[in-house]
Formats: sequence, structure tokens, C-alpha cells
Amino acid sequence: MGQEGRANRYLPRGPQLDTLLPAETLRDDLPLPDNSELDVVRHFTRLSQKTFGIDTAFYPLGSCTMKYNPRINDAMANVPALRDAHPFAPDAAAQGPLAVMWELERALASLFGMAAFSLNPAAGAHAELAALLIAKAYFKKIGQPQRNVVIVPDTAHGTNPASAAMVGFKVVSLKSDAQGRVDPDEMRKVAGPDTAVCMMTNPNTLGLFESRIHEVADVVHEAGGLMYYDGANANALMGNTRPGDMGFDLMHLNLHKTFTIPHGGGGAGAGPVGVAAHLIPFLPTPVVRAFDAEGTAVDASGWRDSGEFTFALDFDRPDSIGPMRSFWSNFAHMVRALAYTYANGGEGLTNVSKLAVLNANYIRVNITDVVDIPYPEINRHEFVASAQSLKRETGVRALDIGKALLDRGYHAPTVYFPLIVPECLMIEPTETESKETLDAFIAAFREIVATARANPEAVLATPINTAVGRIDETRAARQPDLRWHP
Amino acid sequence: MYTPHTPADIEAMLAAIGVASLDDLVRVPDALALRAPVEVTPQLSEIEIADRFRGFAERTTAPHYTSFLGAGAYRHYIPPVVGALAMRGEFLTSYTPYQAEVSQGYLQAIYEWQTYIALLTGLDVANASVYDGATALAEGVIMAVNATGRKAVLVSAAVHPNYRAVLRTYADGLDLTVDELPYASDGRTDLGSLDAALADQRYAAVVVQSPNVFGAIDALPAGVAAKIKTTKTVVIGVVAEAMSLAALATPSSWGVEICVGEGQSFGNAIAYGGPHVGFIAATSEHLRRIPGRLVGKSVDVEGRPAYVLTLQAREQHIRREKATSNICTNQAHCALCATIYLAAMGKTGLRDCAALNVARTQELRERVTALDGFSARFDAPTFNEFALRVPGRAAGVLAALEARQILGGLDLGRFYPELDDCILMTATELTSSADIDRLVTALSEIPARAAARV
Repeated sequence: MGQEGRANRYLPRGPQLDTLLPAETLRDDLPLPDNSELDVVRHFTRLSQKTFGIDTAFYPLGSCTMKYNPRINDAMANVPALRDAHPFAPDAAAQGPLAVMWELERALASLFGMAAFSLNPAAGAHAELAALLIAKAYFKKIGQPQRNVVIVPDTAHGTNPASAAMVGFKVVSLKSDAQGRVDPDEMRKVAGPDTAVCMMTNPNTLGLFESRIHEVADVVHEAGGLMYYDGANANALMGNTRPGDMGFDLMHLNLHKTFTIPHGGGGAGAGPVGVAAHLIPFLPTPVVRAFDAEGTAVDASGWRDSGEFTFALDFDRPDSIGPMRSFWSNFAHMVRALAYTYANGGEGLTNVSKLAVLNANYIRVNITDVVDIPYPEINRHEFVASAQSLKRETGVRALDIGKALLDRGYHAPTVYFPLIVPECLMIEPTETESKETLDAFIAAFREIVATARANPEAVLATPINTAVGRIDETRAARQPDLRWHP
Repeated sequence: MYTPHTPADIEAMLAAIGVASLDDLVRVPDALALRAPVEVTPQLSEIEIADRFRGFAERTTAPHYTSFLGAGAYRHYIPPVVGALAMRGEFLTSYTPYQAEVSQGYLQAIYEWQTYIALLTGLDVANASVYDGATALAEGVIMAVNATGRKAVLVSAAVHPNYRAVLRTYADGLDLTVDELPYASDGRTDLGSLDAALADQRYAAVVVQSPNVFGAIDALPAGVAAKIKTTKTVVIGVVAEAMSLAALATPSSWGVEICVGEGQSFGNAIAYGGPHVGFIAATSEHLRRIPGRLVGKSVDVEGRPAYVLTLQAREQHIRREKATSNICTNQAHCALCATIYLAAMGKTGLRDCAALNVARTQELRERVTALDGFSARFDAPTFNEFALRVPGRAAGVLAALEARQILGGLDLGRFYPELDDCILMTATELTSSADIDRLVTALSEIPARAAARV
């Protein structure tokens, strides 16, 4: 560990603090180590080697869209002028960042059929919160503040009800039908004068396309509610069909899923929120405004090149819900998402979603004879399998299959989600994996199931090839050790 | 781009699935079909992409100017070792470490971040990070609301205006009342009305920031925190400039129970405002109300030390609408950059950095207040920024400086109408004496014109 006096000389020596500030304002001690740079390099290199990323191997974590992160994105985010611009710089000196944000907003609006996007929220769940605040402000504005119910299908992400609770909305859960979908007739029974928002994702978390989504939307709209699209699964339909055309009034995107921003160990993400025209006044502040050569405000629809316009941040929006975070956006990620949009164009993005669906279905049909497939039909970018029969016959659970995959060099699928499928394994390969990778994964998966049937103990003992074995989670929670003590 | 499929692969895979074409595979009901292909940028090669971003960079003149901007986003030196390590693909392309056996490295790095934040703030525990300083404040207030069952909060007017604005956004959702304590003539929070405000025990928390938005060191005086706690009100401290933690008395030492703040200064680029990294530290009494991820140390089946995400019963994927927060994604990679930065700088480097910030700011302050018509607006001691009163309107002076390629600081009149003759000026270890010379020369040239009140 570090020793005092082993300091690196990044800076000139500073003066003694007590010559500059009154003693009572200063801390007595700074109990941190001094490390040599080589020790720091070796330490974090070792830690990286004990970390599994997409760069390491296949990462079929359902609903997380672990696709390849192109390196051009990072290179563009590191262009010095963009990396170093200050958010309080005058608009005239920050036209580049504003143009990046505006172009990306236009691209997203066009791709997903929304009138406008705000890049303000920091992540998907944060955008859900923004959208629900927008809904609350909208209903207050039109004189219907009694609308306080959010309808959430039982396949929803956990963030949906948690976000609703943060806006004071009551959550009503809607049961999926036998085909794993929302039935418009069931929606008719719950939608009413207290309905504020119905939150849905399409395809849903079972990977199934909600083919009657427009009928569901009609029911919610007739009841006076708004439709919210959880964009976690947008990789399944980009360029093929649009949430705006399905009847959604609000939506978010996880740019770290669909638009190849590195997940970075759990963030930073980016969660733009999109709205239909009647909700634009409620968007978070600030909003990027475009002006033409004559200084006239441009209210563009569809994609536009930013080159001919000048831009300004608009904070003066009386109906806005206000800002969601310290500054305007996770800007470096907007650069990455725009670079990815350029790299693909409309046709490329359409192809992305088609091949994501192809890869997922290919895995499904190749394991359908060895595990339960609760919804055996064409799925979208992900699908769910169930280890229920396997568990009954051998004692091997979904969790154990996941651990056995770790031993074979794969990341585990998402397990035990969605909650409505017992012993659930949720598999999302993404479009950036080759047929060879999928074939090897399928072979490993089948071999694990065969081993489970022949010798379940061998699967239950996994993982053994990893840095550590299964961890005592009960001890971690009962005797929390959350930091080192000097 | 980035899809590896050959036409033969696609054909073979479609055959295995039993579908004739990709279009059949993704077919939607006619009512939902696109009427025309979506209109978006044409596909570009990498060379063309780099050209486009070069164009955006050319339209971004701010970083070429001499800058005295801070106010919540700070220009600090980042040793190259930070990027070299943080950009390793294993770190960059991993996700939330749900599968602990293959995520020990990242989990340990987050455990180290939690340790650093706890040591810097003097508090017992810290979480794995939140979005940024402003959302950290909102989440910290929600912790206090949940702890006390009270629906109002008392916030110093010297807390960063953006942070207070975000708190109001969240408060609208939760139907919380946000009241303010005014600032005093020395630039610190005016505590004169505190006793009266606390009398009916309606506030969940008192929130102060130090250094505050005027740069003033605004730690609560001795005894005040104890008095606040007798009314079962939580003391929340905000730190918008994490570098100050290396020098100033720890928030814990002046009575803070929940410390929220912004860690961008530790190894993260300003990047036009994000991503940055929020932190929340607290006394152990608040542990189970902390939002977001927590990494704990445990053992594996063979008794070896092992790290794992823990206390997940607080979180949205388990508790759904009863969770402490809806947070799912945090800012792990920014926290990783901060952890590497802190390890590389070490105690000595951080102390030097903090001292240089104070020294450069004092030099800046002495030089500009020596000019005719310019003075310090407040006299409380400051860390690395201060409010400069200028002749005339701050906006006019700043515009004149901008014409000379100098970003003079933040116009405080933007947030405090009564301070429309004040600029918040920031200096860090990257501010040189030559920068200060340029500013002084420019200011001495412009007051006559700018002094005219617009």
C-alpha cells in the first residue's frame, strides 16, 4: 500500500494551507495513501483483468443490450474542444456542443416518431421520472390534477413503478394475457378518469411484440390518459416501426443500450425523453433552440443538418417541469450517440434492429428442445427461457445455468426477470455477435443442460474458473462492510 | 456498420428459424408499418465522421479562451494515467456487476471509491455514486424526508442555484415544500432566522453548501448542527467542488449527517456539463435509506475475500414502488476515473492541488480588486472562487471580456437579481499568472464603457 512521501509530481508544490486560510476552516488530517504511478497502474490493470466486459466475451444480458461499443465514439468524445467546453460558456462560444445536441434530438425524433426530445435526463430511470413529471404538470395545466394512477403491465421494468412512486402516482399492475401481452379489453377495465399514464415497453420484457398496442393506446386515450413508451427495448424496432405511430405520447431511450454508449460498469448512461407536440412546453430546461440566418426560430420536424443554423439554450419556459440535473446533458455521451447515428444512417439502424431480432430467434430455436420456452413464437431482440422443468428434474436452477456459463467464458443472461416467468433466463444477444459466437454459446448452453441431467452437482458447484466462487450474500447484507477503515 | 453477418449467415439463420426473410421476421401489423423509411443522417465513413466532429470543434471557441468559469464544473489537471487505465475495455464495456464472480475488479474499485468518499467527508458510508451533484442533493433530501416523515426542507439561498432548481423539480413530484434561508452580508448563510424556523419541527432537513455558490466557506458554526438535531431535523451538507474536501474541515466535523456532492473535479472532464459524478455519504444510521448501488465485502464459498452488490432490498428491481429511489444506472465509470485519480494524486498531490487552488484564487482576488471600481462583494474566506463586484452590470463586463477571448466567470445576476453587478470568478491550479495578467489588462481597459447601466 502507499507510503507518505511516495507522491507523484503532477503539480508544483503548493504552499502550506494554514498560511492561506484560518486554521478553524481546515481539516486536521487527510488519511489517504501516496502511491507510485506504477503501483496505481498495476493495481487497476489487475482489477480490469478481474472484470468481464463486452470486449472480453459474449454478454447476453437480457434487457441490457450489451452490444459492441465502437471506438470512434470515444475518440470523438475526446476531441479537446468538445471535452473541455464549460456548460456556462456563452452560447456563441459553444455552438459545437449545441449543434451536436440539436442534431441528435432531430435524429431521435425522426427515428421514433416524436415531436421533440430533451437530452437532459441522465439515465433511463431518470427520464422515466422526467416523463411522469411532465404528465403531472400537463394534467395540472389542463385542470385534471385528480389523475394519479399509473398503469404498469406485470412485465414492466422495476424502475417503472419506482419512478411512479417518486411523482406521487399510485401504481396499478395489469396482468398479461396467456400470450404474454396486454389485452385491450383488460386495459378497458382499469383505464378511467383517474388514469394518468400507462407505461409500456414494446417489445415487452418477454421479447414479444405487443401487436395490439395501437388498440391499447386508443383505450388509454379515450379514458383521457397518456401513453408512455419505456425505450429499454428500442433496439428491437429501430427503423422498422415507431413508438409515435403506435400512439405513445411520451418515451425515453437508453442511449447506453441502443446507441452504443459504453455501459462503463453501470453508468454513466443517458436517457433522452421524447414527447408528442402537445407536451413540448413541459420538457425539462434548458431546451436547445435553432435559428436561421435571419435569426428566425426554426421549429424543425424530422432530420436536419445543423450546419446552416445557430443555436441557443432556452431557460425561459414557464410550463417546464424545470431542470432534472446540474447541467444540460451527459454531453460526452451525446457525441458518442451522434457518432453512432452517423456510422449507420437510417438504413444501417434499420438493419441493426433486424439483425438483433435474427440473432435472438436463432438462439431460441437452437435451445428450444433442452429448456422450457414459455412463449414459443417469433420473438424480437430478446426472449425468455425457463429452467422450471430442469429444476424439478435435477435441482439445477436458472441461477446455476448462469454460473455455469461464467465458467465457460460467457456472461450469464439476466435471471429471474421478468417476474412472471418462474426460473427465468432472459437472453439478448444483440446484432453485433456473429453466427460463430452464437453457435459456440448454444453449444455451451446445451452442454450445461446435458451435464445438469447427468451430474447436477457439477453444475451446482460452478463457477470454479473465476476469480472467486459463489459469494456469501447474506453475510454481505447482515454485516455490511462497505469501506476500508484506516 | 458493426454487424458481422454475411448473406450466407443470414440465409442459414433464417432457415433455422423457419422464416423466409428478415422483413418477415420483424413484420408488424399494417397499422404500425412505416409509410416511408425514416429520414435521418446518411451513413458516413469514419473519415467523414471525424470531419463532422472537427466541424463541431471549430464551432466551439470557449476552450480556447482564458477562462475563470467554475460554479459547479471545474477545470483541473487530469494525469494521463487516469484515462489510460479507465479506458481499458474490461472497465469500459462491462455493465452493473450483477454477476460478482466475474466482476471482482470493478466491485473492488467501487468499494475503494466508497472508501475514498467516506474518508474525504469524514462520514461512515458512501454509495456507488449517483448522477451528479444536483440529483445527489434531491436524493439526500428524499432520505431525510423518509427518515423524518416531514414534507418540507429548509435550504440555504447560497446553495448552487442549479441544485436548488433540480430540488424544486423533484419536490414538485413529491409535494415537498422548499423554503430558503437568506445569505448574509459576508456571503455565508444567514442563520439568524434558524431558531424560529425550526420551532415547529416541520422541516425534514436543513441544507447548507460549503464552499457555497459564492465560493465562501460556509460550514455551520460550532453548536449549530447540534441545535438543529435537537429538533430531529437532518443536517445535509452540499459539496459542489470536491477538491475542497482535501483542504477544508470535513463535513462530518461540523455536524453533517448526509453529505451530497459533485465529484467531477476528481479526474473527470467538464465535457459541457456531463457525465459528471454525484456522491452521497452518510452516518451509518442512514445506511438503509441510501439510494442506488452499494458494494460490500464478504467471502466466497472457500472463505476468500469477495466483493458483491449488497443491501439490494432497498432498490427498485426488488422493491419496485417501495424502493428508496428509482435509480438503476449510476455513474460507475466516472467514479472509477475519480478513484484512479485519487490513487494517483495521493494525499500529497491532493493537498498540493487544494493549496494551489486557494493560492491562485487569492492572487486573482488581490489583482482584480486592486483595480479602480472593482471590489470583493463578500469577505468570508473562500476556496477557489469568489464574487467580484464590478462597475456597472456584470453582463456588460463579461461581454466586453468575451470580445477579448476571456470568459470572466458567471454572471451572478442570472440567479440573484440583486447581484447583477457581481461575477463569480474561479481560479484553479491550471490558472496561470499570465492568465491573470490578461484579465487584469482587459478589465482595466473596459470599465468606462461597461459601467453604463444597460
